[in-house]
Amino acid sequence: MLNTLTISETTARLQRREISAREVLAACLDQVRRVDSKLHAFLALDEPDALAQAEAADKRIAAGEQGPLLGVPIALKDVIAVRHQRLSCGSRILENFVSPYDATVTGKLRAAGAVIFGRLNMDEFAMGSSTENSAFGPSRNPWDRERIPGGSSGGSAVAVAADQCIAALGSDTGGSIRQPAALCGCVGLKPTYGRVSRYGLVAYASSLDQIGPFAKRVRDAAVLLGAISGYDPKDSTSVAQPVPDYSAALTGSLRGLRLGLPREYFAAGGLDPQVKAAVDAAVDKLRELGAEPVEISLPHTDYAVATYYIIATAEASANLARFDGVRYGLRVDGKDPIELYGNTRGQGFGDEVKRRIILGTYVLSSGYYDAYYLRAQKVRTLIRRDFLKAFETVDAIVTPATPTVAFRLGEKSQDPLQMYLSDIFTLSCNLAGICGLSLPCGFTRSPKLPIGLQLLGRPFGEETLLRVAHTYEQATGWHVQKPALD
Amino acid sequence: MEYEAVIGLETHVQLKTQSKMWCGCANTFGSPPNTNVCPVCLGMPGVLPVANEEALRLTVLTGLLLNCEIPARAKFDRKNYFYPDVAKNYQITQYDQPSTRGGHVDFEFQGGMARVRITRAHLEEDVGKNNHFDRNSGVDFNRAGVPLLEIVSEPDLTSADMAYEYLNALKDILVYGGISDCDMEKGMVRCDVNVSVRPKGGTGLGAKIEIKNMNSFSGVRRALTYEIPRQIEVLQGGGTLIQSTRRWDDAGGITEEMRTKEHAHDYRYFPEPDLMPFEPTPEWLAAVKSRMVELPLARKQRFMKTYELPAGDAEVFKNDVPLGHYFETAAQGAANPKAVANWVINNLRARLAETQAREIAEQESLGLERSDMTFTGLSDLKFPPQALRDLVGLVENQTLSSSAAQQVFVEMFETGKAPADIVQEKGLAQVSDTGALEALCDEAIAANPGPAADYRSGKLAALNRIKGHVMKLSQGKANPGLVGEILERKLRA
Ligand SMILES: [Zn+2]
Repeated sequence: MLNTLTISETTARLQRREISAREVLAACLDQVRRVDSKLHAFLALDEPDALAQAEAADKRIAAGEQGPLLGVPIALKDVIAVRHQRLSCGSRILENFVSPYDATVTGKLRAAGAVIFGRLNMDEFAMGSSTENSAFGPSRNPWDRERIPGGSSGGSAVAVAADQCIAALGSDTGGSIRQPAALCGCVGLKPTYGRVSRYGLVAYASSLDQIGPFAKRVRDAAVLLGAISGYDPKDSTSVAQPVPDYSAALTGSLRGLRLGLPREYFAAGGLDPQVKAAVDAAVDKLRELGAEPVEISLPHTDYAVATYYIIATAEASANLARFDGVRYGLRVDGKDPIELYGNTRGQGFGDEVKRRIILGTYVLSSGYYDAYYLRAQKVRTLIRRDFLKAFETVDAIVTPATPTVAFRLGEKSQDPLQMYLSDIFTLSCNLAGICGLSLPCGFTRSPKLPIGLQLLGRPFGEETLLRVAHTYEQATGWHVQKPALD
Repeated sequence: MEYEAVIGLETHVQLKTQSKMWCGCANTFGSPPNTNVCPVCLGMPGVLPVANEEALRLTVLTGLLLNCEIPARAKFDRKNYFYPDVAKNYQITQYDQPSTRGGHVDFEFQGGMARVRITRAHLEEDVGKNNHFDRNSGVDFNRAGVPLLEIVSEPDLTSADMAYEYLNALKDILVYGGISDCDMEKGMVRCDVNVSVRPKGGTGLGAKIEIKNMNSFSGVRRALTYEIPRQIEVLQGGGTLIQSTRRWDDAGGITEEMRTKEHAHDYRYFPEPDLMPFEPTPEWLAAVKSRMVELPLARKQRFMKTYELPAGDAEVFKNDVPLGHYFETAAQGAANPKAVANWVINNLRARLAETQAREIAEQESLGLERSDMTFTGLSDLKFPPQALRDLVGLVENQTLSSSAAQQVFVEMFETGKAPADIVQEKGLAQVSDTGALEALCDEAIAANPGPAADYRSGKLAALNRIKGHVMKLSQGKANPGLVGEILERKLRA
């Protein structure tokens, strides 16, 4: 059962030559074969390529090389470019598209000797909260296969929670890492905007998107974050901020830390009582561990959903314009270019993507720009200010990650607004450009479904988040519970 | 009623950079289709633009040369429209916060000076090129992402000729500043024209009509020469004009309506989230300022003033910058810069042109392409510019006759020897030794009794015959003025 190992367990055993990278990968591939027909976390898998990488890693280990990811199988959301592998973004329009280049994070993982394998399912172009918008069918929650795993990085959360890989990468535009991590019971981290290069991440909303880790343990998330972070000359929005040793931040002490509890989040309508109870209990635990919880206010919270759906869709309407059938991807011919565009995009995009493109096109249109886009940008500034002001008095903010636990497949797919509201606690973090992490903090009773705790931190305050999360994790047992997959 | 035209120009100029605007692909012309491309300029999924620093510098340099203000903050925006030659289906440009704004261009027009105000010069990316074949079409993305400067003028132009002169003046400035090669044949310069007409002396503006698709300055002039009377005719015929876009058909010599205002594009501009706003630091600006050059018009005026050159010569040096530079070096310390200018323009330039024509013919016969040929230029000359000044000095102080000076120049050009050495070696110095000349004159008079008698009887022209004999006896070295004086004295005695 090498597939159940964490990153640190894997590398420790690899270094001791107790196991080989090849064996770890084989265990993961076995698990994929065993459970993925039920879970559908993976869209594609290139076994020979993965085996070649594992063998290369074994040679590096044999040559005495050490590294925190050397030989560790890591799977990627199908929105992150890997040279010569498919990059479908969960869409028909890119169903057969093969990337001609590596994303910067892919290059960093390669350099670190990670074994990059598998393309993970997602909502089409990262638009969604359940993976039901994947053109290739939804992924299923490993705790209850009739329920959604969250999204858009649902495949990443499932693959980690179901031990189909050691860790994974996803992307988070409004909660797409933290929400599925919470619903599947693993650790998910959305780094500060600019912390991780977006080069090679197919853009949904450029000013909100960040790549981040999915892991079984907080320590693994710290290791993976360290490996993918850093300034990238290919991404003008990445920031030249030194990358700390995130593992070193896991001191186990919360002494003197002030944790903000935003009253707008805890008073939100639609917050499931069991979720609230679990989060309240987690706050008590954090206090017990030495932190000082204080109530704070983030007054513009109510505007986050509207602001998000204006800015994200505006950017998406331009970002997705390139999928037109002219240069690559699906082409459905027409008598002239306009008809070709219409046919290709009409057949290539799913409903939610079309809905957001239309919304984004509308809010940018002449006559509406000032009323929508410009105003949303102003509100976004206010939301960011709320957070920066809060961080003058607190070191991190604690909230529920989601208002409810995983809902049933199909339950919200006909009601986009209900679906959008499942991200109310995660959206603001992206609008503010700050960092956020979610980790397990309990389960509902029946059915047994994971509940996620969200921690929000200052810009480039990932160390504090990881320290709080790690201390809490070590003091609780939620992370060791596993879904029954048979 | 009399009408007048109101014209504004949008001039697109490709910047002279090594690489494209957002990626490392080469910015070159004439490569096979889709060979200077990469995931970035092809708009592949997941790629990001990174601004070309030199393009930013050249944009600000242009602003400085056009007397523009350089705002403390500039940003890029997305201009959204679907077209097969636009890889991303949006063009990155500068919409409301351009890198430069509010300048002007002064130029000579109809014997006087004219000024056109510049609204802005902003940076954007060029698009690909659609190619249509018999049964299908293709797009060549080599040009996609090449940095493009759009220079927008205020509607200060009033005629086709004025527009033409403005464009030439603008081009001179851009070439001078090393901003662009402005090679029309390579599509490096493209113009859109906005033109309306109004009752003469009016202040309002008529319906603005945009004309596209001119690919030369003379094309702009021809289009306006057609369009202005067309608009006036419509109004005089009682018709109305509406805001619209027209296309110039160069072969047909006419403009045709493409679309009217109600079909105008909504480009849905919004700030480019993949790029940070650009805020030049004082150091950065100082480095760009250090690259400023003298403007063409200022240079022409300076040549006329400092060297007392006629406008024609100054114009030659304005248009041929290296030649002008050569002249300035050669004219340093010269007593008569005008004479140096004559030598540079009439002798040196002509001789170089002859040499180059011969070199081209030779290399053509070897089957070389023009781009692979090498020719002798100013920097390959075997003599320094000072030698030309020395040569002019020898003529000025009457050491050399002008015909002998030509011989010296040919020798200098071939060997690079100093003029004084050539004169010495070849014994070309004018003979002004009266004793020697008297003897030669006596000999010539004796040899030409007929012409001598003619002169004495009043036919003064006969003197030339005898003078020619003296020159011949002296092998061209006799000082012709002195010879004339001696002969006259002797024949009148
Ligand atoms: Zn390129």
